[in-house]
Amino acid sequence: MTIEPGLYHLLFISTALFFIGVYGFLTRRNLITMLMSIELILNSVNINFIAFNKYLWANRLDGVMFTVFVIAIAAAEAAVAIAIIINLYRSHQSIDVQKAEELKY
Amino acid sequence: MNGATVIFYLLAAMTIGCGVMAVSTRQIFRAAISLLFSLVGIAGIYFWMDYQFIAAVQIVVYVGGIVVLIIFSIFLTQQSGEKMPVQKMGRKLFSLLAVFCGFALTIVQIFQHTFAKTTAAPTGVTVRNIGEELISLDKNGYALPFEVVSILLLAALIGCIVIAMRTPAEAPKEEVEAKRKEEIKVILPKEEEILIVQEETGGIQ
Amino acid sequence: MPSAILIALIPLLPLFTFLVLGLYRRKVFKNASGIIGTLSLLISFVIAVFTAYSYFHIHQGSHPAEIPFKYTWLQFNEGMSIDMGIQLDSISVMMIVVVTFVSLMVHIFSLGYMKGEERYPTYYAFLSLFTFSMLGLVLSSNIFQIYIFWELVGVSSYLLIGFYYDRPSAVAASKKAFIVTRFADLGFLIGILILSFYANTLDFNTLIATFTTQTPELHNALASTFLDVSALTWGLVLVFMGGAGKSAMFPLHIWLPDAMEGPTPVSALIHAATMVVAGVFLVARLFPIFSLSAPAALDIVAYVGILSAFLAAIIACTQTDIKRVLAYSTMSQIGFMMFALGVSGYGGENGLGYTASMFHLFTHAMFKALLFLGAGVVIHFIHSNDMKDMGGLRKYLPVAHITFLIACLAIAGVPPFAGFFSKEEILLAAYNSNPTIYYIALVTSALTAFYMFRLYFSIFWNKPTPLYSSAGEGAGGEVHHHKGPFVMSLPLIILAIGAALAGFIHFGNFVSSDGQPLESHFNPMFSIAPVTIGVIGIAIAWVLYKKQNDKPERIASALSSLYRATYRKFYIDEIYLFITKKVLFNLVGRPAAWFDRNVVDGMVNATGNATATLSARIKKIQSGRVQGYAIYTLVGVIALAVLFIYLWK
Repeated sequence: MTIEPGLYHLLFISTALFFIGVYGFLTRRNLITMLMSIELILNSVNINFIAFNKYLWANRLDGVMFTVFVIAIAAAEAAVAIAIIINLYRSHQSIDVQKAEELKY
Repeated sequence: MNGATVIFYLLAAMTIGCGVMAVSTRQIFRAAISLLFSLVGIAGIYFWMDYQFIAAVQIVVYVGGIVVLIIFSIFLTQQSGEKMPVQKMGRKLFSLLAVFCGFALTIVQIFQHTFAKTTAAPTGVTVRNIGEELISLDKNGYALPFEVVSILLLAALIGCIVIAMRTPAEAPKEEVEAKRKEEIKVILPKEEEILIVQEETGGIQ
Repeated sequence: MPSAILIALIPLLPLFTFLVLGLYRRKVFKNASGIIGTLSLLISFVIAVFTAYSYFHIHQGSHPAEIPFKYTWLQFNEGMSIDMGIQLDSISVMMIVVVTFVSLMVHIFSLGYMKGEERYPTYYAFLSLFTFSMLGLVLSSNIFQIYIFWELVGVSSYLLIGFYYDRPSAVAASKKAFIVTRFADLGFLIGILILSFYANTLDFNTLIATFTTQTPELHNALASTFLDVSALTWGLVLVFMGGAGKSAMFPLHIWLPDAMEGPTPVSALIHAATMVVAGVFLVARLFPIFSLSAPAALDIVAYVGILSAFLAAIIACTQTDIKRVLAYSTMSQIGFMMFALGVSGYGGENGLGYTASMFHLFTHAMFKALLFLGAGVVIHFIHSNDMKDMGGLRKYLPVAHITFLIACLAIAGVPPFAGFFSKEEILLAAYNSNPTIYYIALVTSALTAFYMFRLYFSIFWNKPTPLYSSAGEGAGGEVHHHKGPFVMSLPLIILAIGAALAGFIHFGNFVSSDGQPLESHFNPMFSIAPVTIGVIGIAIAWVLYKKQNDKPERIASALSSLYRATYRKFYIDEIYLFITKKVLFNLVGRPAAWFDRNVVDGMVNATGNATATLSARIKKIQSGRVQGYAIYTLVGVIALAVLFIYLWK
């Protein structure tokens, strides 16, 4: 592993970002911050796509395309998620995920 | 160790550091701002890799759209200055352990693996190339996913409205009563006004 | 020969009547149901007579089995199938005539007897169901088909015995009849399984052909033994067990006297003339196998028959319920038919017993139906079953009196009435083959004459003519006495003619063991002993019961213990109760119930409880908290990754 930035460095960043996101998703109790964690996870995937596109398949544009689609879907997902969060806030007066547990045994 | 390398490490540090901040701080607004900087750092990495179009999209959609949306929703649901509730320590430690194991496993796998590289001549990542491929019907074209994504966005649009719209049964009683009185008062004269008022009262909810 | 459809109509018409009357009994056919049932049976009877006439007209000289119709219903394998078919041979043709004739008489009689009953249409529906089942039984071409109809007659018998279901004794009697015959039918079923297993067929003709010629199947069935008895004999004995249950042979006879709780015409039809001879019919159906391949089984038939005949005759002498006397008399007469089959050989002169048995079945159907219907008239008049309430009725019921007398003479074997000829042939067959049986049978026929005339004198003579108000004038008396309308007398007269003259039929020309005509020789010298002994029986009854006196009581007290044992039917019911209640319930039933309640139920409950406990413990996992699920997912993914990458290469 060299000091010169390359594919492995980018993969390291993306992996770190992914697991930071997972950690946030697991520990945050606020739904909005959980949504932020999911955005981090999606971004780590985007970095992977771009990195593979640049360093392994420079003759193709597939990684770029996937990134574009992921960003579009992430936007849609964020919009829907926030709509749900606001609806939940309206009915529970809270967006604490641990209080929204009616759907159990 | 040239300038580009330094910039890369700086961007990487900013991305990961702000990411950690975003998931660890107890003040939600600060978390949102950290997320924003983390996303800006990712956009910077895209710039560093010479993928200007993607970097631009990243800034426009994430920074300009999603983060702003998140901040709006924070304003709608959160009292300012309030700290977020703390997770149980056991849960935190367990999550940390699990995440660390997963991270270690993935990193070990990545660094043990040698990636095969194509030898073909690279294509330019110009906006023109991207745009052509996006709507092309050829083998490598993305016309169908493009259409599917547009339908998905439309569905999300409608879905957001439907989910967030307050149904009359759900709203508190006096509010509904008041609204009805208001409508009757204002609407009676003309028909176009009925529509307008209904749109206004329904749309804001 | 009439077409298959026409023959099929004989059983199908009563079935149709049953369905129509059963479905629309309340609304449409409330009062017309009796007429409808009778008319449909009249058509059946006409077709049956026509069929019989055509059959014997075509097959003069020999009587092969004809199968005008056969539908394979369930094919098990090559050769073995359950069929729905019609088999016409001499005995089935005789039986359809007997069944439709007696059933018609009973239908006509019931028009008067059951008039005004609340469940009048239901009664006719059940009668039709029974007639259908019985006709199906005798026409069966397949041993499994006969089993199906066998159960159907059992069910209709159950329904009709329990017809007065508001009477606890009737309910108990119907249950008893059903359970006892059902128990016997278990043996029948096992017998069918054994026979069909070895013969690889269920068809009667194939079965008989397989087991009466030297085939590998026969050798196989004879070679495999259990307790030193061959499988074939076991199979036949078990089949006979079913027949003995249905025909009330000792020791499975206990249901028949109780079955008299049903309406009297039903007793006449089912428990005297038709259903109870099904066992005799079954043995006759399989007679070639019994006779040629399993003589041991035939010996059992003979001894069970004579024992039943003798025991029932003794018990009949002491009973005071007139229907019970008739019931034991029925049992005794069926015993005669059974042992006649048992002593018979196959073919030619040796087959006399077979012919005699069928002949007796035929004549017995006439005079026993007549006796029951006559008893029905008496009961209708007196409103009681007990002999002690009767006496001196000959002035009030002249038709019943004369016809009853004819029937009694017939059953006692006095020439020239029908019973004389058939009983004579039976005794002759027994004399030729087994003297022991012959002498017991001789004593039994004396007893028969005695108890029948005891019955006759007790009902119609004995006391001085009592004063009964006749129909219409009986408003003042508590009980309304009337001798019933003409429809009740008509069947008596017709049956009396049958009982008087049926003996002159040359039965051997029509029914014989091997299908060849049998020339029966009338032997006056042989007849002296039976007739004399019968007349002695009648004379004793005359002395004891013609006039009211205390001789019977004195004899009874002189023989007190024997009398009491006989009156209590030799305690056979009590033995059954002891075996079932004390032995079976306590030693088998209770442990089985304990085992069921504690071990079987315990296992089921333990499984259920374990599941409930476990699920109560693990349901906490379903906390409804998203992050919990996410952690499980993550840990699962990591574990799977480790598993597949490092451990399971």
